[in-house]
Amino acid sequence: MSYKEITWQGLWENNPALVQLLGLCPLLAVTATVTNALGLGFATLLVLVGSNITVSLVREWVPKEIRIPVFVMVIATFVTVIQLLMNAYVYGLYQSLGIFIPLIVTNCAIIGRAEAFASKNPWRRSAFDGLMMGLGFTLVLMVLGGIREIIGNGTLFDGAELLLGDWAAALRIELFAVDYPLLLAILPPGAFIAMGFIIAIKNSIDHYREQRAAKPAKEVTRARVTAQ
Amino acid sequence: MTFKLAASPHSHQRRTTQQVMRWVYLALIPGLLTLIYFFGWGVIWQLGLAITTAWVAEAICMALRGRPIGFAWRDHTALVTAILLAISIPGLAPWWLIVIGTAFSIVIVKHVYGGVGQNIFNPAMAGYVVLLISFPVQMTSWPLPAPLSQFDLSFIDSAVLIFTGYTPNGFDLEQLRMGADGMTMATPLDSLRTALNHQLTMGEALQQPIFGSLAGIGWQWINLAFLLGGLVLLKVRVISWHIPTGMLLGLAIPAAIAWLFSPDQSVSPVMQLFSGATMLGAFFIATDPVTAATSNRGRLYFGLLIGFLVFVIRTWGGYPDAVAFAVLLANMTVPVIDKYTQPVAYGHGERS
Repeated sequence: MSYKEITWQGLWENNPALVQLLGLCPLLAVTATVTNALGLGFATLLVLVGSNITVSLVREWVPKEIRIPVFVMVIATFVTVIQLLMNAYVYGLYQSLGIFIPLIVTNCAIIGRAEAFASKNPWRRSAFDGLMMGLGFTLVLMVLGGIREIIGNGTLFDGAELLLGDWAAALRIELFAVDYPLLLAILPPGAFIAMGFIIAIKNSIDHYREQRAAKPAKEVTRARVTAQ
Repeated sequence: MTFKLAASPHSHQRRTTQQVMRWVYLALIPGLLTLIYFFGWGVIWQLGLAITTAWVAEAICMALRGRPIGFAWRDHTALVTAILLAISIPGLAPWWLIVIGTAFSIVIVKHVYGGVGQNIFNPAMAGYVVLLISFPVQMTSWPLPAPLSQFDLSFIDSAVLIFTGYTPNGFDLEQLRMGADGMTMATPLDSLRTALNHQLTMGEALQQPIFGSLAGIGWQWINLAFLLGGLVLLKVRVISWHIPTGMLLGLAIPAAIAWLFSPDQSVSPVMQLFSGATMLGAFFIATDPVTAATSNRGRLYFGLLIGFLVFVIRTWGGYPDAVAFAVLLANMTVPVIDKYTQPVAYGHGERS
């Protein structure tokens, strides 16, 4: 699989959040703001790249029968590393993400890539695949977080300084002032509804592209298939 | 002589959707009038806002879907959704509340699922739940019923309050909700819940001025008026008796058992039946032909389930009234109910 193909697969065609619908639990639970979404997406991205590289490197020595426990151990190791790093450097974000950082272990998108891609491909491609899948996941998280934050609170990048340092406080945009936040958008049901709309938009774009790409009917050439 | 062969169905329902819906909102009129009498002119403004929003939202959706707009307007289902939502929310709530709720009902609950007849959930109640979850304060700020209120808002004053948040005299909603003693009063069901949570007995809780002879002041008459409208609907056979009976029994039986065992700690069955949205729910909301169960036996179970859920949520839940949640939860069970209560066609089954 070429790098271009891997990029296309990860970002659009086989996007972990929009097409595979994996990792919905963190996707729906923490995307109340763009900052949270970015933090979790970035953490998942790092875990995905690390686990893909490791799984790819050890793939020759892991017996088929016990590969799943091995993959889970590898992923859990990386998640622990990320969790400790976040605890040390972005403590505010660490607190607002809470249980969803350790829960990255259970994110099916990661073990799915280990199983479907990294265990069959050389490490460079696996690393790139992890990067692209992680980026695809992060982008969807950010779009969802943006929609929910705008509808719910009328702001964007609220609390970005928790992730990026003090300068990022200037990033906070207040689109309109709300006296009462629309709690529905901030609570999980809003995430389900917004996610449904994003998937619908993605599908309708695909549909439109297919219609445009539909070539004029090909000339049918019949090949003789029966053996003499 | 010739035998005329007619294709099935052999019995005909001559009413169109529009006629059914017209009966529904005609039957709502007595309830509506009592609601206006007890809670003021705000109800009319909410109705106007809801109907306008519903029509605009319906037109936009139909245009986006490439369907004829007039067709959707003529069947009056959006009108009934708007009316039900408008009478479910407090009469003096800010204008954006009903607009958001109605738009959600029509756009997301109705048209995203495919329009009239395709929705899984009752649009009015789904809109109500969205509002209740998103804006709990505004949604529970019921004005005082007229006999207790010290203010008398005119038609125009109500509009100014709804659109700006203050009456022309500078009062806000919170001040208007205060009784003569300067205390804000909650709805009857809400006061009962609070009182029971504070270890008061039922007898003590009922000392509060909000309670009348049967249930809460105002609320008992509103429920009676909706009961009257519902009986009219039964009489003209727009709805069948199964769902309302099921729902009222489902609520009254557990309430009666609880009340017989500990009359001091539980709300009496009469109070349950004539408070909150019980009658409106039983006759007008649960009977929505699209989202209710289909067979008669299924409808009975559907009604019983709603009534029981209302009892459970009112007794142990986090919100004072429960009809909307109960209806939505029961809507989810409809496919299962329909599957197991499918009537056996003539000539099939064990007894044939």
